[in-house]
Amino acid sequence: MRNRPIDPSTVPGWGVDADPQNDPTYPMRDIARDDSRGMNWTRPPQQRARVEVLTSIEYNARPAVVGTSVPPRGVSGVIRRQAFRYSESQWAHWLMLMAADRVNVVEGVVDDLARGRVPNVPAEMGARAELAHNRSGLAAKLALTGAAIGLGILVTRLARAERR
Amino acid sequence: MNYRGPYRVRVDRKPIPVCEHVEDAVIRVTRTCVCGSDLHLYHGMVPDTRVGMTFGHEFTGVVEEVGSGVRNLAVGDHVLVPFNIACGRCHFCKQGLFGNCHEANAQATAVGGIYGYSHTAGGYDGGQAEYVRVPYADVGPCKIPETMDLDDAVLLTDVVPTGYQAAEMGGIQRGDTVVVFGAGPVGIMAARCAWLFGAGRVIVIDHVEYRLDFARRYCPAEVYNFRSIGDPVVFLKKTTDSLGADVCIDAVGGDAAGSALHTLMGTKLKLEGGSAVALHWAINSVKKGGIVSIVGVYGPTGNLIPIGNVLNKGITIRANQASVKRLLPKLIAHIEAGRLNPKELITHKVPLEEAADAYHLFSAKLDGCIKPVLVPPTARA
Ligand SMILES: [Zn+2]
Ligand SMILES: [Zn+2]
Repeated sequence: MRNRPIDPSTVPGWGVDADPQNDPTYPMRDIARDDSRGMNWTRPPQQRARVEVLTSIEYNARPAVVGTSVPPRGVSGVIRRQAFRYSESQWAHWLMLMAADRVNVVEGVVDDLARGRVPNVPAEMGARAELAHNRSGLAAKLALTGAAIGLGILVTRLARAERR
Repeated sequence: MNYRGPYRVRVDRKPIPVCEHVEDAVIRVTRTCVCGSDLHLYHGMVPDTRVGMTFGHEFTGVVEEVGSGVRNLAVGDHVLVPFNIACGRCHFCKQGLFGNCHEANAQATAVGGIYGYSHTAGGYDGGQAEYVRVPYADVGPCKIPETMDLDDAVLLTDVVPTGYQAAEMGGIQRGDTVVVFGAGPVGIMAARCAWLFGAGRVIVIDHVEYRLDFARRYCPAEVYNFRSIGDPVVFLKKTTDSLGADVCIDAVGGDAAGSALHTLMGTKLKLEGGSAVALHWAINSVKKGGIVSIVGVYGPTGNLIPIGNVLNKGITIRANQASVKRLLPKLIAHIEAGRLNPKELITHKVPLEEAADAYHLFSAKLDGCIKPVLVPPTARA
């Protein structure tokens, strides 16, 4: 216990939960309460889902309560339905869901535009906080973006000049 | 709050949720936090995070409506709601594993139901809103004690129990050296709780100076910036007589900085379930026979974990989502006795309408942000 800069006994509550019987492995299976093999508890009443809920194929019975936040739809929905044909231990399941998430972002923008709403992307990315607390960082980012665009224009011009 | 894609959120009007099950309640939110694990969603790292979803698994609120099957809760009760959605009667709930309920998440068997945490955690809208649907209302919600500050109460929904359980799973014994990777709110709370179990030395590792300063004062802990100590594993071995720490806690999860390889594989290409740098360090710097406790969130599938070292060193790895309900009575007592003071973690109180800025502030680690709390307009009147 050399180089110990803090005297633990000065910390409020030090050691109050110390217990020589303390099982370092909680929560571990509690055999005493492990009175069943399989799903033989009184199940809660089943929720009637008013939207499509994709369910892991690892379940024998769908859980009693389900979330109904955003039902699958569009192209991303098609990919998600495909993903749920694979078990959770398949990489394909998760990669397809990640792919669907990316497609879904584009769908979100299309959806906004279809409703006559142009998403204010800088505001959605917290530009106000960036402006207030990271002005120099923002300037650097803008400069970098500007430089990248400039470089792009230069390269296309050069390429065009080459072809001529 | 409405997720539009990686790094993009906004505040929109959505229909007020209703009871969809006899054991549901609808709650009017009074406080709701942005959590470090929300950032994994915000960064687009968690599969099946759908555009249009509302995040938020840390909230308190007043009961507005209850389903016909609810007995313990009445309209008007002011409650804190644990982030786990749990039925209270299944195989796992019976053992106190409320974070692993079998009756709450249709989309996956490997994780329980969590409010506002992607469809992989059940597809429930979360509490960063004015109103939220709360399933199994007799099980989760806990009436806020009269004397308790709302800011303390909202941190009891996740941060305090998760930090406490991280220390508990570490099986800390008197005099142990405990290393916490990550000085976010949960890491800070874990370091603080390590003392409650009798730790003799608590070390916190991070790379953001203001968070380390906060940890040095609040926990109180020895703190080190991994950008300035060289290889953190070597450093930790040297400072523990080359034996390694007794207990290592990973309070970082899949957004870890510190390795170009993992950043590319895990956070850019998303070919592993997040960047597992903190977990590597924890496994490699714990002593042989030691315990590694993981509460940082990782995505599903592979992680390039040094599993050979786990075997060769005889390490016990313990990891879980905190079972909030199991721990609440003990933690409320700790707060009332002044042994824990969670509300000191809150650095920013922001109107719900400014959620996009709060997310950016927290994600980009600006303005000394440790923990932002959102307050809905209906709670400000
Ligand atoms: Zn949280
Ligand atoms: Zn359950």
